[in-house]
Amino acid sequence: MSRRRRLPVSLALIAPLGLFLLIFFAAPLYTMMSAAVSDPIASRALPGVGSALASWDGSAAPGPDAQAVFARDIRSIEDDQLFGDLVRRLNSAKPGFRTLMSKTRTALREDLKANDLVAIDERWSDPAYWQAVKTATASTFTDRNLLAAVDLERSPAGDIQAMPAGISANRTTLARTFVVSLLVTIACLLIGFPYAMIAASVEGWKRQLLLGAVLLPLWTSLLVRTAAWFILLQDNGLINSALMALGLSSGPVPLIFNRTGVVIAMTHVLLPFMVLPIFSVLIGIPKNLMPAAASLGAAPIRAFWKVLLPLSMRGVVSGSLLVFMSALGYYITPALIGGAQDQMISSVIAYYATGAANWAMAGALGIVLLAATIILYTLYLRLASDQQVQP
Amino acid sequence: MTQPFIGFEKVSKVFGALTVVDQLDLAIHEGEFVSMLGPSGSGKTTILMMLAGFEAPSSGKISVAGRQVDQLPPHKRNMGVVFQNYALFPHMSVADNIAFPLSMRGVAKAESDQRVRRALDMVQLGALSDRRPSQLSGGQQQRVALARALVFEPQVVLMDEPLGALDKKLREQMQLDIRDLHRRLGLTIVFVTHDQSEALTMSDRIAVFNRGKIEQIGTPNEIYDHPATRFVAEFIGETNLIHATAEAADGEVSRVVLANGQSLSVGRKALKPGEQVCLSVRPERIKPSGTQENRIAGTVRDVVYHGDHLRLIVDAAGQTVVLRSERSEAAPTIGDGIEMSFSPRDCWVVAR
Repeated sequence: MSRRRRLPVSLALIAPLGLFLLIFFAAPLYTMMSAAVSDPIASRALPGVGSALASWDGSAAPGPDAQAVFARDIRSIEDDQLFGDLVRRLNSAKPGFRTLMSKTRTALREDLKANDLVAIDERWSDPAYWQAVKTATASTFTDRNLLAAVDLERSPAGDIQAMPAGISANRTTLARTFVVSLLVTIACLLIGFPYAMIAASVEGWKRQLLLGAVLLPLWTSLLVRTAAWFILLQDNGLINSALMALGLSSGPVPLIFNRTGVVIAMTHVLLPFMVLPIFSVLIGIPKNLMPAAASLGAAPIRAFWKVLLPLSMRGVVSGSLLVFMSALGYYITPALIGGAQDQMISSVIAYYATGAANWAMAGALGIVLLAATIILYTLYLRLASDQQVQP
Repeated sequence: MTQPFIGFEKVSKVFGALTVVDQLDLAIHEGEFVSMLGPSGSGKTTILMMLAGFEAPSSGKISVAGRQVDQLPPHKRNMGVVFQNYALFPHMSVADNIAFPLSMRGVAKAESDQRVRRALDMVQLGALSDRRPSQLSGGQQQRVALARALVFEPQVVLMDEPLGALDKKLREQMQLDIRDLHRRLGLTIVFVTHDQSEALTMSDRIAVFNRGKIEQIGTPNEIYDHPATRFVAEFIGETNLIHATAEAADGEVSRVVLANGQSLSVGRKALKPGEQVCLSVRPERIKPSGTQENRIAGTVRDVVYHGDHLRLIVDAAGQTVVLRSERSEAAPTIGDGIEMSFSPRDCWVVAR
């Protein structure tokens, strides 16, 4: 077949994959990301206000011309849904708009001549309200959600500043997400590396058994495994009963609804992603390198540090990365096993997406998480290409 | 008798029901090049691994320089080991590979650099010190492995079929290089191989192994010319094994008789009349003419061209005899009747 005829065939063969990725991956990703930064409501509802307020200096209420444009735009909103969205948008920037806007709209509709908004409500003399209107109408894009995702906001003057303490805990949650993921990664590494070494050193049915034991959890639903841990970790669960029966502990050790339980359960769930990459690298290392190191005078521990560990680094790094990145997005396990103080960023995203119907905020938090992950991955690629062993 | 440098005393190694090394006694002297030769599964590599410390003997004693070593872990034995597939560290440069045993011994950087350079020069790889092992050819990797095993001046160098992965020409070159190093540095080398020509080329002494036991140990000459057993005769070089029955042993000369009733005289060897034996005669020792004492008549079945010589395959006395013939105008052709002969000195009686 000629080269020219092969191309359409090749394209047709990968078309299902391409379509799948487009519809179920690229499109939702784009939608969520654009929802995080787009802010079209105010510009659509108040089309003239943006340019009318562009030259306003923000020190006092704008002049009568700008107020007249605002009044005209308010009068021309026919769609109650759009008006509702506008009020919600403005209210989220500055509380108080809900009552102010409905009062203003009613007043403006009753008196078609009235253009002095301060006469309708005293609050229109406060520049803070006008600042909110100006910000909302200035552009169809906003960085409000992105800033809020990391506990920042814009001051009335437009500078980026920290949110007042106690308003939002996204940064704390993000930091906690990273700490828990790191703990899980370290735990997986400490358990997974020796395990992979043992699995690589035996052969036949023993290796199959060891690998099967690691893979088995992957064949069970995450929810089932988490529920099982829920039972095991309880105060009168199997682990605590055993500890007390053995006399190792006088009372139940708190293992559930705290950080310990989350790390234990997540380590169990993510262990295969650490063991398998390390195992696959280890079995590729020639068997006689460790004997060679010993014959050259290296004691077992030094031979491990100088020969086996450097050679298995690629497995260690990709395993750690797999575990760490999967852990960053964990939702069900911390939600069921953890306490209120152990919720990770994904549960906050879930809250905004399904609980508060604030898709913009969910999208913004998603972007922050995605960015953090991409930065880590780039770092990994740097490191990996630096110490790549020549094939 | 002086204490041997390396001594095996009644050393056995058993894996489950399988006895791999059976009651081995072996003495190797300082500065000696000893090859362990045998087919795969004959236990030769296991012996090397026990000497290096990677396997523990099931019973018996191994000593090196008067010191019992079989409880010593490998990293304390101070033996250079050259492995079958070189076992170079792929993540280190050539120089770092060679410096590895020195850094394990806490040799200072400056001295280590100097010794690495000397070792690289010794194997003629000075220019490649910054390369990774994967960037080297098989022969170069072999030289690096050799330099690494020698740089820390070990008391013994063990080599486990180190030339097996090289092509013929390179292998022959390396054989000469290793022999040269052995002579220059006065090394004690234990060399495992299944290639008999390699063992004959390089060794001071050869131990021929079969099923965990030494069949024969001796100089290449002794092994080749006077094989102690039929196994050795067949394993080393090419030989004709002519079935015969011992007839009489009268003083200096013994006589045997072939199946067709022909009587031959063989070298000094005590034989019981009636004993079933084999005569081992090397193909190059049989002349395609009746000039020697023992003459056998036969028919040429095949003539094989080998460049510098011909091989004649002859049916004689109900057996097949192979002999080597110089190329000449008068070469026999298939179907010719031929008279062969060999001297009693050139045939060696082994048990059947």
